Amino acid sequence: MSGRKLLLDKDHIPGIQGLNVYRQNGGYASLEKALKQMSPEQVLEEVKTSGLRGRGGAGFPTGMKWSFLAKPAGVARYLVCNADESEPGTFKDRYLMEHIPHLLIEGMITSAYALGANTSYIYIRGEYFYVARILENAIAEAYEAGLLGKNIFNSGFDHDCHVQIGAGAYICGEETALLESLEGKRGNPRIKPPFPAVAGLYGCPTVVNNVETIAAVVPIVRDGGAAYASIGVGKSTGTKLISASGHINKPGVYEIELGVPVEEFIYSDTYCGGMRNGKKLKAVVAGGSSVPILPADLILKTAAGEPRLMTYESLADGGFASGTMLGSGGFIVMDEDSSIVKNLWNFTRFYHHESCGQCSPCREGTGWMEKILHKILDGHGSLTDVDLLWDIQAKIEGKTICPLGDAAAWPVASAIRHFRSEFEEYVRNGHSIRDVKHYYRLNNLAEA
Amino acid sequence: MDTARRIIRRYPEGKQKSALIPLLHLAQAEFDGWLSPGAMDYVASILQLQPIEAYEVASFYSMFNLKPKGKCVLEVCRTSSCWLLGAEDIVRHIEKKLNIREGETTEDGMFTLKTVECLGSCGTAPMLQCGGDYYENLTLEKVDLLMDEMRLSGKRRVYTKDEPIKID
Repeated sequence: MSGRKLLLDKDHIPGIQGLNVYRQNGGYASLEKALKQMSPEQVLEEVKTSGLRGRGGAGFPTGMKWSFLAKPAGVARYLVCNADESEPGTFKDRYLMEHIPHLLIEGMITSAYALGANTSYIYIRGEYFYVARILENAIAEAYEAGLLGKNIFNSGFDHDCHVQIGAGAYICGEETALLESLEGKRGNPRIKPPFPAVAGLYGCPTVVNNVETIAAVVPIVRDGGAAYASIGVGKSTGTKLISASGHINKPGVYEIELGVPVEEFIYSDTYCGGMRNGKKLKAVVAGGSSVPILPADLILKTAAGEPRLMTYESLADGGFASGTMLGSGGFIVMDEDSSIVKNLWNFTRFYHHESCGQCSPCREGTGWMEKILHKILDGHGSLTDVDLLWDIQAKIEGKTICPLGDAAAWPVASAIRHFRSEFEEYVRNGHSIRDVKHYYRLNNLAEA
Repeated sequence: MDTARRIIRRYPEGKQKSALIPLLHLAQAEFDGWLSPGAMDYVASILQLQPIEAYEVASFYSMFNLKPKGKCVLEVCRTSSCWLLGAEDIVRHIEKKLNIREGETTEDGMFTLKTVECLGSCGTAPMLQCGGDYYENLTLEKVDLLMDEMRLSGKRRVYTKDEPIKID
């Protein structure tokens, strides 16, 4: 592993936020190459060759998604960037947009060229207001320099890019809810089909891609899809931004070559720098709050005893029985003092709060799960409550319009699967030894 | 109105409803940090929408306040990493210091304490947002300092304008 970087290789250069410094460092060369030397189909082919997969969480091959785009004559097509980064534990897109905004803008124009879209929108979550302003400045600079607007690089390609601000709703990260929101409505996911590739924004063919996915198009066009595909392991090609947080020494955004061993990622000084205060690793949520939580032994090694790697396939090895998902790359690390039950309650409260309310299993189920967990934490739980939790999550999974239901169910299922004894400890004692530790720490008392 | 017109021009002819969320943000910033029925009616009329279309959107999104709030709404992130690293302690501390509970406003109308879900600042947890600004890697001392500075400035803090108060 040589630790190559493709997205965050220049983020440390002073002034890289501005157009001049960005261009002095090779910025907009990919756009120029695409517009002057390549046809839209050739750009699409390079993206297909690269093996790039959606970086927002689902990991769907980007080239394939692009090739599904319907192209009826005389109908506008849209590219929409999903910058509604709301998955707990994920903050990579914010970092990218804040530190190197032109990388996203360049990726937007290049991708739009491949798709034949003359208008694109960057839908950014409302809380990132200051980041939206950074993007708006970058877009204004790009217009000024003729990189946006009419006849870019004398290619005959016109493109307009706008920033759209959200207003606080996790569900708008789901692509059809995002489109609803962009149309000025409540963020209720749509029933699919039709998929956005056929009927998306304003009923027109639309591609929705994550910030990191669109940014990755820039190095793919620059170096070629094959060069991108040469990085990584198997079908996990290229680099990935990982948002590392929790009980580690060095939280932050790291660009890794896919294939770094999880153990190296947690303990190496290049990345997380090991556990805080010399504590032991207890569990990891590897891809944002929605993916199954894994205990230390299963995150470091697969059930078969192989070292687990940071790839889509390796993290998923063993299915949900003993594996998890790479998801959005929101890597949350918990030390030995963490309470899995309390953490689960925290996640479940989140999903209850963020459920849009369209589908009964999700709207009601998340509420019930939160209530039961609260009851268990309050010391009034019984062993049948743990079974009830299991039962409810199974009745949500796969029974809703959008994946929020699954996202709410998986953390519950995995916590019970791997940490059942901790639930039972709460039920039997009415509290957990970890609560006592927390109480002592809060009140600055020595532990008895 | 110029800003509103500029926003509406971003969308194709007849799709001006897309401007609803940006305009509600502007209205909230303009009208004392909350959306009264009158303010929502006004936005709806600019976009030639039925008032209900503005109400149903405003009530869906957590950043829109449908009741008056304090000048500084302290929005403490309560999810995942922030929670693991002491968000609860921050909330309790503010509650004690301001003598209010979560969701309430101080008697002088200066502060509202609100807990919110993940704000994408997990690597710099715990954190809170006030207006358009993020305050990260919080300690109880930093929170005290921040509240003192805010009280001193006495200004209403809204999402659309950022005049950061530096505490580092």
